[in-house]
Amino acid sequence: MTSSNPLTPKDEPPEGSANRSSASPASGAAPAEPPPGSGPVEPPPGSAPAEPPPGSAPAEPASGLASQPPLPGRFTIALKEILSGSWLLSILSILLALLIGAILIAASNVEVQKAAGYFFARPSDLFAAIWDVVSRSYAALFQGAVFNFGADTPVRAILPITQTLTASTPLIFAGLGLAVGFRAGLFNIGAQGQIILGSIFAAWAGFALHLPPGLHLLLALFGAVLGGALWGFIPGILKAKTGANEVIVTIMLNWVAVYGLGYLLTLDAFQRPGYNNPQTPAIDPNAQLPLILGPNYKTHLGFVLALVAAGGVWWLMEKSTLGLKFRAIGMNPDAARTAGINTDRCYVWVMMIAGGLAGLAGSAQIQGTERVLTSGIAGSFGFDAITVALLGRSRPLGTVLAGLLFGGLRAGSYAMQSVTNSVDVVLVLQSVIVLFIAAPPLVRAIFRTPDPEAVRRLKVTARAARQAQLKEVGR
Amino acid sequence: MRLELRGISKRFGDFWANRGINLTVEPGEIHALLGENGAGKSTLMNVLYGLYQPDEGQIILDGEAVKFTSPGDAMAAGIGMVHQHFMLVPVFTVAENVVLGNEPVKAAGLIDAKQARRLVTEISERFKFDIDPDAYVEDLPVGVQQRVEIIKALSRDAKILILDEPTAVLTPQETDELLTIMRELAAGGTSIVFITHKLREVRAVADRITVIRLGKVVGQANPSDSQTEMASMMVGRQVGLQAPKPAAGPGEVALKVGNLSLVSASGGGLLQDISFDVRAGEILAIAGVQGNGQTELVETLIGLREPTSGLIELNGESLAGRTVRQILDSGVGYVPEDRGRDGMVGGLAISENLVLDQFEYPPFGRYGALDYKAINSNADAQIKAFDVRVGSPNDPISTLSGGNAQKVIVARELSRELRLLVVANPTRGLDVGSIETVHAEILAERAKGVPVLLASTELDEITVLADRIAVMYRGRLVGIVPGDTSRDALGLMMAGVEQGKALAAVGAALPDQDDSVEGDLA
Repeated sequence: MTSSNPLTPKDEPPEGSANRSSASPASGAAPAEPPPGSGPVEPPPGSAPAEPPPGSAPAEPASGLASQPPLPGRFTIALKEILSGSWLLSILSILLALLIGAILIAASNVEVQKAAGYFFARPSDLFAAIWDVVSRSYAALFQGAVFNFGADTPVRAILPITQTLTASTPLIFAGLGLAVGFRAGLFNIGAQGQIILGSIFAAWAGFALHLPPGLHLLLALFGAVLGGALWGFIPGILKAKTGANEVIVTIMLNWVAVYGLGYLLTLDAFQRPGYNNPQTPAIDPNAQLPLILGPNYKTHLGFVLALVAAGGVWWLMEKSTLGLKFRAIGMNPDAARTAGINTDRCYVWVMMIAGGLAGLAGSAQIQGTERVLTSGIAGSFGFDAITVALLGRSRPLGTVLAGLLFGGLRAGSYAMQSVTNSVDVVLVLQSVIVLFIAAPPLVRAIFRTPDPEAVRRLKVTARAARQAQLKEVGR
Repeated sequence: MRLELRGISKRFGDFWANRGINLTVEPGEIHALLGENGAGKSTLMNVLYGLYQPDEGQIILDGEAVKFTSPGDAMAAGIGMVHQHFMLVPVFTVAENVVLGNEPVKAAGLIDAKQARRLVTEISERFKFDIDPDAYVEDLPVGVQQRVEIIKALSRDAKILILDEPTAVLTPQETDELLTIMRELAAGGTSIVFITHKLREVRAVADRITVIRLGKVVGQANPSDSQTEMASMMVGRQVGLQAPKPAAGPGEVALKVGNLSLVSASGGGLLQDISFDVRAGEILAIAGVQGNGQTELVETLIGLREPTSGLIELNGESLAGRTVRQILDSGVGYVPEDRGRDGMVGGLAISENLVLDQFEYPPFGRYGALDYKAINSNADAQIKAFDVRVGSPNDPISTLSGGNAQKVIVARELSRELRLLVVANPTRGLDVGSIETVHAEILAERAKGVPVLLASTELDEITVLADRIAVMYRGRLVGIVPGDTSRDALGLMMAGVEQGKALAAVGAALPDQDDSVEGDLA
């Protein structure tokens, strides 16, 4: 894109000029002359889109349309933008969201509204009321998500953090799957459906089969992976063979999964005997993920598996040939294809891996937390996982941390509700975080942090300059 | 209008793109700004056009200092710019494009189409542009689109016209027409700043020449100076314009293409019945104006497109219908024409780009795992061998300049034993130093006995490198002629004139001495 944007400087820095300048009287005479190697201030063609120079607006809209190569999809561009943000941005987004949440909590509080009514008589009342409700709300959120100071027993005191771990497990699994897709340039919205398929397969393997310990667990886990991968395979193969947009296909498949599950639960084979509401029989104990913190807490082996999966995804993306292919395709599918990479096959692989990981999220629900299959098994995990992956910048560690945060918000929201009287504030918090991640320039403008791309370019320039200077001196 | 730039400096970080530049353009003068890529010409013009603010210095118009904070200011002051990449909306008509952003309006805010059309006709007639105001821009040839850009600038009363590398996209004949138009404009009192690195054109049309190197004015040249003198001034050292090309020693036929056709999804014939062969140790150039099927031909050879019919054989082995992977594995090296899009993955490290088509195979990848030790040591070796200027091999390749990025791609493709090398516009946008390197590498492959297919839109490049030249026009091969065929004959063939007629029209296929000397600075 950049290369055909007429507004970006086309001049490329001269290379090979370290040799040349010694022969050129003009530059040789001026020691202050910037080292010619210090090129990339002006982005070379093909680099990340440079910001248009200020004031170029009038000429901008029509820029270079005549000779432009086909533009990458809108989703791809947005995805690249979002992923190019920094960690700092994630943290600032969270802080901003907490701030906006505080405003909402205060504004919706009855005491605050009352105090605002006689603001000019006693302004201190208003501030006291605001402080009171906001601090109590966030304290409740913390106590509900991390550590309950008011608990009567130590077991109850650390209960919140274990709930956070439990709630974060499916988020981390599904978030990892989405992250793999995002880095390969696939905007997979289908984690919800993939989780449901994983749940169905795991649940069936769990209650219909009766196998020895260990084997049964593994088989149910395998079933979950298989179910999710199947639901990833469909959009993958459709994209590869027909070019169908994965965004649309995955959204639609989510609904197929939701209603398909609803239908399954009406079947006798999936009905728990003796129950009126639709749910499957409980899965065999042999197929359950063991509780890892003792019988008092619901935290199960799935959390450990999620951490292992994060390590696996890291290896896949950073150290394997398949991961390098994924990254190449995500950043520039044309160049990947030209280098002999079979992009179609990779799309299928990516979607199957993403689906398999989301399927494990389903298994965490079935084999760990819920142990029966109901229509609400996937909750909103599949959609929250999108935020988790984006907030984690599609990196495994980031996704784990973001998953913990969102698990904490989920776990703490019930405690917080007792102060704010509504759970909506937590949902607003989550949404506002998404909003800020999706708009890095906005957060940058608020906090006046520099454009990371500009900083990086500056760094490279400075280093090149130093090196060229050294070379020059060495002559 | 008299334009004067006084002591203009523009800095990016600690890099001076322009430093203390003085330049005067008299009314009605064609002033050529000559310099390599990266010399700072475009930066200077972007300062003049209000896209950048100078850090130091003044812009003086008719004795009055002015300040431009946006292109709008510059336009209002009578400065027009025709960018290298046109800023036209393809689905609009000529008239609509010309008035875009400056629309004449009737009552109720409606665009006065009649007025717009009249504007175009008027200017078009005054300078004999011969343009239909109602034609859609996407239907016009590139040369005509450029005239639309010029009309656009003139319609806003530009007294000074900046032409940024205007001939890069034109055929030789279109270039001649543009030069004529420039002379007429100048005769009418318009000043023209002509940015270029093509010496032939400068000599043909410029009244005065200012040479810029490394952001500074290094001197004035006269149009009567020899090309060698100008080139040396531009590059800052003696330049031998004639690339040392040893005699060809072509061997057996290696690549055989027969009756190759490619039909687009919409049924259009992209390639029609193309046949040629390339011998071992021979460079066959595919010449043609951009967009006449060269890209499609190259992409078909490399497996990115599947031919509709016809045969492609490399050393007797059929390549048609195979995947890119298989074709690369059979020993084909490929340097794509759009390196930013097809040649490299901007976000990946230089070291990773150096193995982009090899990382699946040992020593770089084993059992699905990457061996970064091998990848890094390969990077160090290639960077050294091809003299790529990098900060660190682990920086993203997008931090490299065009020339260095191209060296990375060439290094990657030449790092294995090749049985065929396919290169498309390998030196587009590169400076003289990098062009020399790339040309030398291509010639070295030829000397090794590798057959080379060179697709290029730069005639200069073709005349320097080619042993034989195949000319394409609208998806067909017009003919295949010897490497020393005259530029005029090639130009006619590029416009679709049959080989025999073209050669007859320019008086036989005598080698054009003047041209063969000029080559290198394409």
